[in-house]
Amino acid sequence: MDRKITLPLTDEDARSLRAGDYVYLSGVIYTARDAAHKRMYEALENGESLPIEMQNNVVYYLGPTPARPGHVIGSAGPTTSSRMDKYAPKLLDLGLKGMVGKGKRTQEVIDAVVRNGAVYFAAVGGAGALLSKCIKKADVVAYDDLGTEAIRRLEIENLPVIVVIDSEGTNLYATAAEQWKK
Amino acid sequence: MRTVQVQTVTDTVREMCISVNHQLSSDMVCKLTEAVKIEESPLGKQILGQLVENMDIAKTEMIPICQDTGMAVIFIEIGQDVHFEGGNLEDAINEGVRRGYTDGYLRKSVVRDPIERENTKDNTPAVIHYSIVPGDGVKITLAPKGFGSENMSRVFMLKPAQGIEGVKEAVLTAVAEAGPNACPPMVVGVGVGGTFEKCAILAKKALTRNVQEHSSIPYVADLEKELLEKINSLGLGPGGLGGRMTALAVSVETYPTHIAGLPVAVNICCHVNRHIVREI
Ligand code: SF4
Repeated sequence: MDRKITLPLTDEDARSLRAGDYVYLSGVIYTARDAAHKRMYEALENGESLPIEMQNNVVYYLGPTPARPGHVIGSAGPTTSSRMDKYAPKLLDLGLKGMVGKGKRTQEVIDAVVRNGAVYFAAVGGAGALLSKCIKKADVVAYDDLGTEAIRRLEIENLPVIVVIDSEGTNLYATAAEQWKK
Repeated sequence: MRTVQVQTVTDTVREMCISVNHQLSSDMVCKLTEAVKIEESPLGKQILGQLVENMDIAKTEMIPICQDTGMAVIFIEIGQDVHFEGGNLEDAINEGVRRGYTDGYLRKSVVRDPIERENTKDNTPAVIHYSIVPGDGVKITLAPKGFGSENMSRVFMLKPAQGIEGVKEAVLTAVAEAGPNACPPMVVGVGVGGTFEKCAILAKKALTRNVQEHSSIPYVADLEKELLEKINSLGLGPGGLGGRMTALAVSVETYPTHIAGLPVAVNICCHVNRHIVREI
């Protein structure tokens, strides 16, 4: 089913999404990838607060190319999510409602998605030029020194994503390939 | 003796870095365009359509095809009658990468130390493979490699008795495990023979081949076709979300090996299989 969803992601919207739904996301999303996750994780371990609010927010696993002059951002497609698997359950337990990336997740992440009524979306990997068109504003909000890996606040319009793992734990990667196997 | 200024190498590499990250080679463009027609899954077709549109936007608006503009892998063939002047060749190549990635607004994805992980901020150093060949030419092949797919690559040290069936199994295992992480449709480079490191270099080199051509060795060409068919029966499809087009091409390179061994390397690449060649 095609859906249009505005972020932050409400509990109700998150629970209504099903694996296989094609969704256009608009609103505010935050980028974070390897180094930013590691720092956030260490901050939590040291009892410090996070630089961004997790509650009902969605994180985009993205490290863009630099913006050309006059552009909002450079190429901006998803990176492989599995490298964030170590950190994701903790962030989900803090209220994170959605993740946008590509590729498989561990059972621990799937369990945390179910436990928190969250969603894992995939964006099309390797379509960074196309996806960058959906980003209307980009500001670094934390860890500026990490360059491409800094946390950015993005304002997006109709970013196309597909629900891969829904709040009931259905995993499209597991079911879809079976269906097309010869 | 022919004299080549290293500055020419720098300028060439700079231009190659920028070009290759915005425009795929025509063989790759053909394969992707064909794939849209072949794909049976509606979602798969839609994704492939987006990839074609993405290529167009990248080229016309100069936005890199993918945000992972890769680690620069360079194969340089140097004629034995060439003499370089004006500085160190390796420094000149890295200067080309530095300028290309900086001037071209490409992502700096290289860390100086694998454990300490501080970004070098200019995407250097490149991974450079040199070979000395007859003549007085210089041929540079640049293939920036994204790590979503690189991370899913494998080396298998098979026993000779496992033979060609063992090779097929190794390739299918690596592709199946890579799945959605490697941004399918993939291009699969396979190196068979040599030693532990040689087969990996062969697999990398296989990725720089024209994807519309097969090996000139008949049994290897058959192997490439059979592997592609088997991979495209796995059902992973575009984005790993189900469908036919799991891979666009399989290229296999072989080399003599030891009586006791059968090394096989599977270098997985995504549909953003970038390669460019320039001769100086
Ligand atoms: S695997 Fe390829 S297409 Fe996917 S993010 Fe990496 S470079 Fe881009």
